[in-house]
Amino acid sequence: MKPINHSHVQQILTDSIGKKLYVHLETTNGAYASHFNNEAVNVGAYIRNAHISFTQAKIIQDDASFRVGLKMEFGWIYAEGLTDFEELNGALLLAGHDSEGRVMVALQISEQPFGQELTD
Amino acid sequence: MEQHVVVIYAHPDDECFGTAGTIMEYRKKGVPVTYVCGTLGEMGRNMGSPTFANRETLPALRKKELEDACAFLDIDLHLLGYRDKTIEFEDRKEVATHIKEVLDELKPSLVITHYPPFAVHPDHNALGAATIDAVGMYDKDERPDLWATAISKDFEKHLGKPHIINDITPMFDQKLEAIMVHKSQAQGMLERMSGSSQDAIALKAAWEKRLGKEQFFIWDYED
Repeated sequence: MKPINHSHVQQILTDSIGKKLYVHLETTNGAYASHFNNEAVNVGAYIRNAHISFTQAKIIQDDASFRVGLKMEFGWIYAEGLTDFEELNGALLLAGHDSEGRVMVALQISEQPFGQELTD
Repeated sequence: MEQHVVVIYAHPDDECFGTAGTIMEYRKKGVPVTYVCGTLGEMGRNMGSPTFANRETLPALRKKELEDACAFLDIDLHLLGYRDKTIEFEDRKEVATHIKEVLDELKPSLVITHYPPFAVHPDHNALGAATIDAVGMYDKDERPDLWATAISKDFEKHLGKPHIINDITPMFDQKLEAIMVHKSQAQGMLERMSGSSQDAIALKAAWEKRLGKEQFFIWDYED
């Protein structure tokens, strides 16, 4: 992935308004967080291939990372801490990595469902 | 002497961190070993540093790393095809039946798996439980031995000392080499423990202690 190009990603998001899209959204502090740190609790969540569309979409910079908010008819999709992006087979992948390259957060949208061919 | 050792763990790299030394010892003696891997670690957090993978390319990359690691260890590979982080949400009996079908083909004399619930990762605990169920489906006189690996910090408090403590220090460098084949996952750890800082030296010593011994509990089916 490459560092987020703000205007380019905004353009992709704007172009995606009104389309039926599959979304992958996740956050995690790692499956071993509490194993290596007594004070930590493993925290994570993901949604894969929820079928959504949005009416408004923005990516906003905050120091070194970005926030994305996607406004839907009845709600929101939100992610913060995003640092990198990639376009892959027509999908937009956004992710936030820590200094060691570990995913902290990911937000991805695609007109095709994600990854069946890779994961099955 | 064992006829065929089957290792059943949840993720690509569990075989290297957990039992690479023991596996290499069996292969030296000419015993066939098969790694039955539960998932492709699709939801892994490590993407390389600087990142060379993403959420969508990671599965294929980890599959390749796994195939290369199995080639390095000179063992066969069988993929169960579950998805990372979801094994505990599958029907346990279905998973156990699936594993039993695989074992019926592989005909192991020894099965090694995770010791639930002392295996830290939910996938480990769920796959270990299903594997113990699967081996339990054999008639007593046809049943392979089962060894289970516990890695939680408090396992000795609950289980006592492992029955088998295999000191693999002589093959530690080879074990590290095997772990490094899983580059996307191991790179960060190995970078943290390289160099001469106090932290790096302490971390290296801790990992040597942890990875230098491979420990197993012999499962007792009490029948």
